[in-house]
Amino acid sequence: MHTPSDPELAVAVHGLDVRRGGRRVLPAIDVVIRRGLVTGLLGPSGSGKTTLMRAIVGVQLIAGGEVEVLGHAAGTPALRRRVAYVTQAPSVYGDLTVRENLHYFARVLDAPLERIEATIARIGLAAHAKQVVRTLSGGERSRASLAVALLGGPELLVLDEPTVGLDPVLRTELWRQFHALAGEGKTVLVSTHVMDEAERCDELILIREGRIVASGAPRTLLEQTQTDTLEAAFLALADGGP
Amino acid sequence: MSARATLATAGRVAAQLRRDRRTLALVFVVPPALLALFKYVFDNQPETFTRIGAPLVGIFPLILMFLITSIAMLRERTTGTLERLMSMPVAKVDLLFGYGLAFAFVAAVQATVTAAVAFGLLGIETTGPVWAVVALAVGNALLGMALGLFLSAFATSEFQAVQFMPAFIIPQLLLAGLFVPRARMPDILERVSDFLPFTYAFEALAKVAADDIDSRLWLDVGVVAGCVVLALVLGALTLRRRTA
Repeated sequence: MHTPSDPELAVAVHGLDVRRGGRRVLPAIDVVIRRGLVTGLLGPSGSGKTTLMRAIVGVQLIAGGEVEVLGHAAGTPALRRRVAYVTQAPSVYGDLTVRENLHYFARVLDAPLERIEATIARIGLAAHAKQVVRTLSGGERSRASLAVALLGGPELLVLDEPTVGLDPVLRTELWRQFHALAGEGKTVLVSTHVMDEAERCDELILIREGRIVASGAPRTLLEQTQTDTLEAAFLALADGGP
Repeated sequence: MSARATLATAGRVAAQLRRDRRTLALVFVVPPALLALFKYVFDNQPETFTRIGAPLVGIFPLILMFLITSIAMLRERTTGTLERLMSMPVAKVDLLFGYGLAFAFVAAVQATVTAAVAFGLLGIETTGPVWAVVALAVGNALLGMALGLFLSAFATSEFQAVQFMPAFIIPQLLLAGLFVPRARMPDILERVSDFLPFTYAFEALAKVAADDIDSRLWLDVGVVAGCVVLALVLGALTLRRRTA
């Protein structure tokens, strides 16, 4: 019953069913994510974005369905080195410095320690490397959390609203990095509820109240809905329009 | 299981403690200060204090590590670092042993400092060897750590976690024979205390302090070790890779 996986796909979700407190958060949804692209998961807060991402990473208890990631069932030990997940709240130790955090996670991941400084620089925290994370600003903290995800050189990056609270310059820089990672052949899944960020994605998945409303390239979605902005497209699709 | 991840975790926990100077000061100053207080409170009942003075040296690390571990694990759970680690190639035992290693080291230093003050400055007496009291203290610290780790899974806030101390630690201290010898307690309480790990931890300390080293001591030590393993296994079960 398990169909051989399409090597083009980083993620294939079939009939994913997630319930929480008797409520169906995700009612048997199907989603695919292609390799080597930046895919945006777009939807209002409470729409199930985080739950879908957690299911892909394999940390979500699911009631049914199949989630296949890089050719394996989500959450299998073989994937723990190949998939990196950045939660919305920065998951780093507040009482350690940026460098200490990265050093610890690099050792846990068995990543080369030379990569620590390069990652700190890449994420623009070189000036804060010796600073205790708790004293960083919110944006800097979430970048420290993102840096940890980059350490292990993962093939799939799952990033939950990584650009919240960042100034426009940094936000642009991060998006440039996401595309650079995709250029290296990595798959990047980014959730956002900000419409103007949607335009920066190669592919979009529109989710609302746990249901996948539409998916495809931003341009295709505009053409389908005969609208000029993704916001208008989202509205048209959410209303069950064209 | 990997020595690399275990040592990395121990180093990380130690670095976190090192940065928290006030906690460290409390860890090393409070037990000797409390012992001094105990000594003067029992000034007119020296025979009681002789019975509990030396064992107290080995009881403090248990209480302290219970508290520190419950809060540390609760933080790992609430800040998402535990979830992050659980999505990484790290075994649960690596985390547990890492914590155990770091805390056992702190407990050893704490017990040594406390023992030095107790047996050196305060003139508390032990007939048995001081090193055995310190060794038991480290074992007790691991018991406290394992219990804290397990119970922290049932706390959703730090307010709840700190209240596990009066809820789980104080009754055991009362029943262990620290304040009233178990033989003088009502039967039912003595029976209950047979099932509590602190009873064996205290008895082992009391025996060593009285240089009463017999086969019963090894039974006490064995029960404490068994409880450590059991609590660690139960604690490991509360570290879930998948959550709702």
